[in-house]
Order: sequence, then structure tokens, then C-alpha cells
Amino acid sequence: MRYQSQAVAKPYFIAAIGLFVGQVLFGLIMGLQYVIGDFLFPAIPFNVARMVHTNLLIVWLLFGFMGSAYYLIPEEAETELFSPKLALLMFWVFLVAGALTIVGYLAVPYAALAKMTFNDLWPTMGREFLEQPLLTKLGIVVVALVFLFNISMTVLKGRKTSISLVLLMGLWGLAIFFLFSFYNPSNLVLDKYFWWWTVHLWVEGVWELILGALLAFVLIKVTGVDREIIEKWLYLIIAMTLVTGIVGTGHHYFWIGTPEYWQWFGSVFSALEPIPFFMMTVFAFNMVNRRRREHPNRAATLWALGTGVMAFLGAGVWGFLHTLAPVNYYTHGTQITSAHGHMSFYGAYVMVVLTMISYAMPMMRGRAANSDKAQVMEMWSFWLMTVSMVFITLFLTAAGILQVWLQRVSATPLGFMAAQDQVTLFYWLREISGLVFLVGLVLYIAHFFVGGASRKAA
Amino acid sequence: MSQAFTKSMARNIFFGGTVFFFLLLVALTVDTMQVLPKRDHRENITPSVARGKHVWERNDCIGCHTLLGEGAYFAPELGNVYQRRGGEFIKAWMQAMPTKAPGRRQMPQFNLTPEELDDLVAFLKWSGEINTAKWPPNIEG
Ligand code: HEM
Ligand code: HEM
Ligand SMILES: [Fe+2]
Repeated sequence: MRYQSQAVAKPYFIAAIGLFVGQVLFGLIMGLQYVIGDFLFPAIPFNVARMVHTNLLIVWLLFGFMGSAYYLIPEEAETELFSPKLALLMFWVFLVAGALTIVGYLAVPYAALAKMTFNDLWPTMGREFLEQPLLTKLGIVVVALVFLFNISMTVLKGRKTSISLVLLMGLWGLAIFFLFSFYNPSNLVLDKYFWWWTVHLWVEGVWELILGALLAFVLIKVTGVDREIIEKWLYLIIAMTLVTGIVGTGHHYFWIGTPEYWQWFGSVFSALEPIPFFMMTVFAFNMVNRRRREHPNRAATLWALGTGVMAFLGAGVWGFLHTLAPVNYYTHGTQITSAHGHMSFYGAYVMVVLTMISYAMPMMRGRAANSDKAQVMEMWSFWLMTVSMVFITLFLTAAGILQVWLQRVSATPLGFMAAQDQVTLFYWLREISGLVFLVGLVLYIAHFFVGGASRKAA
Repeated sequence: MSQAFTKSMARNIFFGGTVFFFLLLVALTVDTMQVLPKRDHRENITPSVARGKHVWERNDCIGCHTLLGEGAYFAPELGNVYQRRGGEFIKAWMQAMPTKAPGRRQMPQFNLTPEELDDLVAFLKWSGEINTAKWPPNIEG
């Protein structure tokens, strides 16, 4: 660690990992409700478990992005953070607001929460991923703006590199496109149309800039490859991302009331979206092969390579699988969507945050890398989580194909619930894979506490 | 990559491409906004339909169901439930929940008032009349 203020990243990373555990536990609850329908009913209905699961995911990734930025920006800008105090203050604001929101979901019926938080004045709740009460949404905006102010000021007073510029653009974009979550017209079609300007333009737009910048940073550090080369790749990758991904939004405008020409725009552009993900994989392997130094943190290198591969599989391959309109006509809103949602979020955003943590955490603890014993355990957790996520995806895909066949293709279509009864086996297998994922996550946390001779800080 | 291709060329492609395709999205959006009234039949969004959407949101129905294929995949598609079941069935269903059938997926009792039930049905009826390019493939959704 070169600058004292980089250390504010630490509480952000710890909170991120803590919330990650909560996310997975609620995933397992839902996975069980898929096969034992009345499990924990009426204490935790499925929809409540789901908003806890997905909102914890988003919030912990935001903690991860912010922590990563606080670590990366001072080092790139070659100056101390503008205000470490502000960063710490925002940490507590965000953590308390997040915790209160989750408690609200679990403690009272959602309709009561809506009433308590004056949703009637400006209704924004009750939409997928955007379930947060208005006050929480405003809190997110405030935290994001203060955070952006802090890191932007740091860049302004220091060295301006392409990596920090790309990261800043991604993070500013994140805040700007979140503003669409405040727009909720009575017309469902308009609501859905602009809902995607938050959701799609996040994960297939500005978040990919964050992804690329973080990956580029870690690759420079662990491979020692020339910055000019890495930054050239970075610009090319994010150019392809936005050239394909912006109009690629159209793959969500096939069946929600929007005109038919979207079937062409959406299919063609989104079919090209795997290209930047493929470039990211090639980029990561290429840089590691051309490395100019042997960095002692081999676990961080593994996470970086894994991010490239799994983001390509989850977003690129599983995205392409259902993105062409004639295919999406049958797969829209099925377990195939869920399969893709899991592997893409894990492969791209979970893994890139874990890559950053893997690289930065030892530095913040005063060493270049953890002991061999700790690294071996971290690599075990990498494989357990990654392989079990592959299996979760495969089982959900199998369930999805059967569901589509039974319910939508067959000459004598089954009703939804009857079709679900036919695919129970795959839901059990998904739940077992989920338990293995949890074991991997526990091991991941355990590796922080493994001692042994660590490598000296470079 | 070859030396002739420089970082600043890559950066220019990024900025140029982003601006161009964002403007294309905006242009397509403007056109979509012109065409939508004929497809979403907004003249039929009565105050009851608008209130029904809020009933839908207040109770987070999207946390279990899909609506026009978006949402959760735990319970049936409801964009065409009015066509599949009819308004009276929907109201009776809501009032009969939960089934408490052992091991079966359970839907909560939301304790909706008669007006809220009417509004909800009006919202689902209107949703079912949106021109969705012939989706879903059949009535089962
Ligand atoms: C890391 C990047 C990505 C993430 C995190 C991601 C995540 C998701 C999630 C969570 C959904 C479900 C949204 C909902 O609940 O309604 C979704 C839907 C979808 N995604 Fe992605 N995605 C990514 C990239 C891609 C790419 C590159 C493609 C195309 C090649 C793609 C194609 C689709 C399609 C077609 C749907 C709609 C599925 C349906 O009709 O039900 N995604 N994505
Ligand atoms: C490991 C155990 C896990 C289990 C058993 C699990 C289970 C589930 C279930 C049952 C749903 C709801 C699907 C529905 O609406 O019917 C869901 C949604 C979701 N989960 Fe998980 N999950 C797990 C881990 C994860 C992880 C690690 C991530 C992030 C990488 C994740 C991301 C998501 C997302 C993005 C959605 C929304 C998907 C969509 O809208 O299509 N889950 N999960
Ligand atoms: Fe998308």
C-alpha cells in the first residue's frame, strides 16, 4: 500500500463480504422454497426472501466497487485521497441505511413498509431490484454523490490515468442511470421501458467500464506489463461494450408493448455483446502470458483470469443463448433467464470484486501476498464457488429447457404449476450445488485468518 | 496488437462510438414514444387502472410472478391472467389465499379491500390488452 488513505477500502471490503454471506443464505432459503413450497411460510414469503437476496447482492457489489475505487484511485492518482474522513462517514451511512432497509423487509409486511415510508407520495417501490423505499433510494444517491465527489477531487489533484478516467466514467454512469429508478409512471409500458435504463444500462453498460478498469489495474500490478498496452486494450474493450450494449437494450423490448422493429435492433446488437467479454478473456490471458514479473500473490492472478472466463461464459455465452428474438419468444421469463442472471452476475461482478479484494487486502495488511497456506485455501474457495456456480447454471438451464418445452412448445401445454412439478429434480440439484457454494464462501472467509509466513511488501 | 494502432486511436473509437450509439438509442426511443399510444391503449388507463398498478406494487407481486415475462419465476405469468381466468376468479383467488396445502408453494393473504381488488383486476385487464407482438406463445403464459 503506497498511500495511507487507501486503507479506507478495508471496512468496505469487510462489509461487502458480510453481506455476501447474507445474500447466499437467502438464496438457499428460496432454493428450498422452490421444492418445499411452504418452507418458512408465512414468516418469510418467497418475494421477501427474493428482495433480500437481490438487494443484498446489489448493495454488497456497490460496497465492493466503492472500496475498490478508494484503493485504486489514490494509487493511480499518486496522491492521498481527498477526504478519508468523508469516505468513512459514508461507509457508516450506507451500512446503516442498508441494514435498516433489510430489517424493514423482514420485520413488517411490504405493504406496511410502503405505508410507513410514505410511498404514496412518490411511488417507486414494488418493482424488481428497485424494491427499496424512497428514503433508501435517496440515501443511495447521496452516498453515491459524496463518494463521486471524493474520488473525482482526488483525481483532479493528482495524476490522471486512463484507468482512473474509465473507472470514474463507469461510476458516474452508475449514479446517473440509477436516477431512472425514480421515474414510475402509471403506464406499465413506459415504466418497463425506462426501468431497463437502470438495469440493462448498468450491467451491460457502465458497470462493464468499472469491470474493465478494475481488471486492468490488477493486471498491471500482477504482470508488470506496460501500461500503454493495457490501457489500449481497455479502451478497445469498453468501446465494443458500449457500441453493442447501448442499442442492445433492445433485447428487452421484444414483448413489452414496444414496436416490432426492436426485434431486429435488439437481436443484432445484443448478439454482438459477447465480443467485448471475449476480448476481456483474451486480454487477461495475454497479459498474464506476457508477464514481466512473478507476483507472489498467485491467488489474485487466478481470480483475474477466472473473471475473464466466467464473465464470458455467463454474460457472453449464456446471454447469447436467449438473446435472439425467435429464441427469446420461448425462453422469456423462465429458469433460463435465472441461469443466465446467476452466472453473469457471479462471473463478471462478484469475481471482479473478489479479484480486487484478493489483490488489495494483503497489501492493506502490510504484505505483498498471504502465506502459501492461506493462498491455497483461497484457491480452493475459488474453485468450489466457481464450479458450483457452473452447476447451478447447468441445472437451472436444464429446468428451463424442460419448462419451455412442457409449458410453451408442446401441443398440449401444461399450466405453470404443473410444469414446475415436473422439474423438481433439477431444483434439488441446484440447492445441493448452492450448499457447495456456501462451503466455498466459508472457506473464502476462513482464508483471511490463516497465518504462516507471508511475503514482504514489495 | 500492432504498434501502429495507438491508445489514442482506441480512445477516439470509444468516445465516438459511445456518442453515436447513445444518440441512436435516443432516436429510437423518440420514435417508440410516438408509436406507443397505439400499442399500449393508454386512453384506457382509468384512475382505477392506475390505482391497481399501485396495489400491484405495494404488495410486491413481481417478487413471485412475471408480468409480461419480467419479474420472478416462482409463480405464473400474470400479464394474461385476466384472459386465462377472468376477473371474478382472480378476486376469489386472492381471498382464498393461502391454500395451506402441505409442501405446496404458498401465496400470502394480502387482505385487500373490495375496491383494491377491483382496481387490481382493472390493472390486469388493461395489461392483458397491450400489444405484445403475440407473446406469450399460449394462454398458459
Ligand atoms: C455481466 C453482464 C450481464 C449481467 C450481470 C446480466 C444479468 C441479467 C439479469 C439479472 C437478467 C434478468 C433480468 C430480469 O430479472 O428481468 C438478464 C436478462 C437478460 N440478459 Fe443479461 N446480463 C448480462 C449480460 C448479457 C449479455 C451480454 C447478453 C446477450 C448476449 C444478455 C442477454 C440477456 C437477455 C436476452 C435477457 C432477457 C431474458 C428474458 O427474456 O427473460 N445479458 N440479464
Ligand atoms: C448459492 C446459492 C444460491 C441460490 C440457491 C440462489 C437462488 C436463487 C433463487 C431461487 C432466485 C429467484 C429466482 C426466481 O425468481 O424464481 C434467485 C435470484 C437471483 N439470484 Fe440467486 N441464488 C444463489 C446465489 C446467488 C449468487 C452467488 C448470485 C450472484 C452472483 C445470485 C444472483 C441472483 C440474481 C441476479 C437473481 C435474480 C435473477 C433474475 O431476475 O433473473 N444468486 N437466486
Ligand atoms: Fe440486457
